[in-house]
Amino acid sequence: MGGASATGPILEVSGLTKFFGGLCAVNDFGLELPRGALWGLIGPNGAGKTTVFNLVTGLYPASAGEVKFEGERISGLVSHEITRLGVARTFQNIRLFSNLSVLDNVRIAYHPHAGYSLAESILRTGRFTARERELTDQALEFLSIFKLDGIADEIAKNLPYGEQRRVEIARALACDPRLLLLDEPAAGMNPREIVQLMELIHFIRDRFKLSILLIEHQMRVVMGICERITVMDFGEVIARGTPREIQDDPKVIEAYLGKGVANRAAG
Amino acid sequence: MDYLYLFFMILKMGFLVAWIYALLRVLDLKAWWQKLLGLLACFGVIQLLFSLQFGEFQIFSAFDQGLVYQAVTMAMIALGLNLIYGFNGQFSLAQWGFYGVGAYCSADITWRWMNGDARGLIVVGVGVILTGVLYFIVARLLARKRGVPVLSAFTFYVLATVAAGFVAVMAGKWLAPAFTGLLGTVAAPGLLNGTLGRYAVFTISVLFAGAFAAEMSFLVGLPILTLGSDYFGIATLGFSIVLQTLMINSDTILPFPEMKGGRGMIGVPKLINQDTWAFAFIFLVAIIAIMRNLIRSSTGRTVMAVREDEVASKAMGVDVAGTKLLAFVVGSLFAGVGGAIYAHWAGFLSPNTFSFLKGFDPLIIVVFGGLGSITGTLAASFGWIFFLEGFLRVLLGKLGTEAPTWRFVLYPITLLLVMLLRPQGLLGSVEWGFVKARRARRVPPTGSAPPTGGEPAATEPAKGGS
Repeated sequence: MGGASATGPILEVSGLTKFFGGLCAVNDFGLELPRGALWGLIGPNGAGKTTVFNLVTGLYPASAGEVKFEGERISGLVSHEITRLGVARTFQNIRLFSNLSVLDNVRIAYHPHAGYSLAESILRTGRFTARERELTDQALEFLSIFKLDGIADEIAKNLPYGEQRRVEIARALACDPRLLLLDEPAAGMNPREIVQLMELIHFIRDRFKLSILLIEHQMRVVMGICERITVMDFGEVIARGTPREIQDDPKVIEAYLGKGVANRAAG
Repeated sequence: MDYLYLFFMILKMGFLVAWIYALLRVLDLKAWWQKLLGLLACFGVIQLLFSLQFGEFQIFSAFDQGLVYQAVTMAMIALGLNLIYGFNGQFSLAQWGFYGVGAYCSADITWRWMNGDARGLIVVGVGVILTGVLYFIVARLLARKRGVPVLSAFTFYVLATVAAGFVAVMAGKWLAPAFTGLLGTVAAPGLLNGTLGRYAVFTISVLFAGAFAAEMSFLVGLPILTLGSDYFGIATLGFSIVLQTLMINSDTILPFPEMKGGRGMIGVPKLINQDTWAFAFIFLVAIIAIMRNLIRSSTGRTVMAVREDEVASKAMGVDVAGTKLLAFVVGSLFAGVGGAIYAHWAGFLSPNTFSFLKGFDPLIIVVFGGLGSITGTLAASFGWIFFLEGFLRVLLGKLGTEAPTWRFVLYPITLLLVMLLRPQGLLGSVEWGFVKARRARRVPPTGSAPPTGGEPAATEPAKGGS
């Protein structure tokens, strides 16, 4: 850690492989994510993009390969330990705690730094009361950054889709990550919401000094905000480079953009 | 006559629900002396109704008192189950088994004590405390090493349990003779075997019974909580059956002749009776307070997060396995305490009482009162006992000797109707007073806070657009 990792890549993935039975979902995946990058991960349906996320965040054990976060090996750790080290994510199909309030959704992310023990909460000590107030204030202030403080008491499932997305991103950021993995954040959004989302992603990267890895199908989003892109097909990396390079790559066009999407994306 | 009985029964049930409301409001009072006075009043009202007697007439007859005590123990069990199922989302059928464990554990301690044998208290006490300490040490050691498989961890905990059990039995063997003189016999009770001594031992035995059930649930929960919800339900059902089988054969395959196996344990001192409402009351209030303080804390939020979405909880840094285990252990602790209170009210324990079929009762109460509602569980526990035992059994009994059989026709129909008309449970997620979730306190729009809090929000679109 220390000096070396402060300048080195935030995420290093090498030889990452995952078999589901006989099916090879991800094969020899490699990625070196520089600090502060906004990196896209694209590919046709079933290319293994979400599986990569699940492997990096420890939801699945990898069949082979290694994941290093800030120079420290994280493959093999339990999922919540990886989150506590500073990797947060959102999900393709929104996974909010739907029967809890927006405020509670965020406060759950603060749990590792709650600052009081179970015994203290049962005895309602002074420290519990003070810390709980701090957590709530912190959460409300945090929500106000996303203009969500007005709906802090709303039950998450009652919110419109676009707001649920924002709450999910806010919740992931409340984990205080240094690397954020966004899984298709624009899925199901209308064009206006997509523009807002792109602004939001830029904003959070600058404000929270994050590195972001993003899976996206909407070419507008990917080409618009990603600095560099990795393209996957059938579990393998077939290309990597800047959006412009990717657009001209014959292998990518063949695998993905060739299916009529290319024209729209280029325009 | 029957109408009068019905009227009074409804009145009593209504009174008890109002009493729960008052209790929850009282617990919510700010100043400690207000709280204390309120609790004394809540305690006093019931004790007075138990004690008052006008010649033949008693407001709460011995039968009614029994209903109240049954409702209190049921409330403890159901609160525990609500923590496991309602708040944590783990469908458990083992709750009733842990209730039985608590009952037998504490009954054995006090029965032996009364009969001049201190071994029960010493063995259970040393065992429970030592096991707790060893579990703590093992947990600390395992936490240092990352990625220990569950079954390996389980093996270490089993070894710790066996070691603690061995030491406890040895301690019982060596220390018990020292108490023989102090305890005397049933006919000639010794110094420590008077009323005061028995109640002291009873109080300790309630705590030990809770701890015993909790530690057992920890050991069982560790491997089976890795199972998905339905499979976990089946596993707990299996464990419940194992426990009942052990109770039925407690005098043959287990070394407890005083439990008398399937014939049932008789002669448990009836320490919970007309005059000792205080014990049940204190333990009930303690359980309500622990439950509420646990739920309305950061840990409680993670407990609910696990119910909502396990995958998202993991991604938020919540230790899902640990949280499930915590809810399961605390829930079983409540059941153990409930069992201990029940044993000393009933004075007789039969393995039939702890059959897994009866284990659906707390489940019904939890769903009936509203999953994830503390108030609902409390109200439903009282309502359920009074409805089933107070109304149906007695009223139908007056219609003819065979009539009470209809109890289990009318009761399921009532359940069906309630579930159809109010699928969220009688009270849904309504909570009263003390257990209510506090709304978020708005950050006041004064001072220097708003500019720092409000500015980024205002500049957000501009920044993103540039």
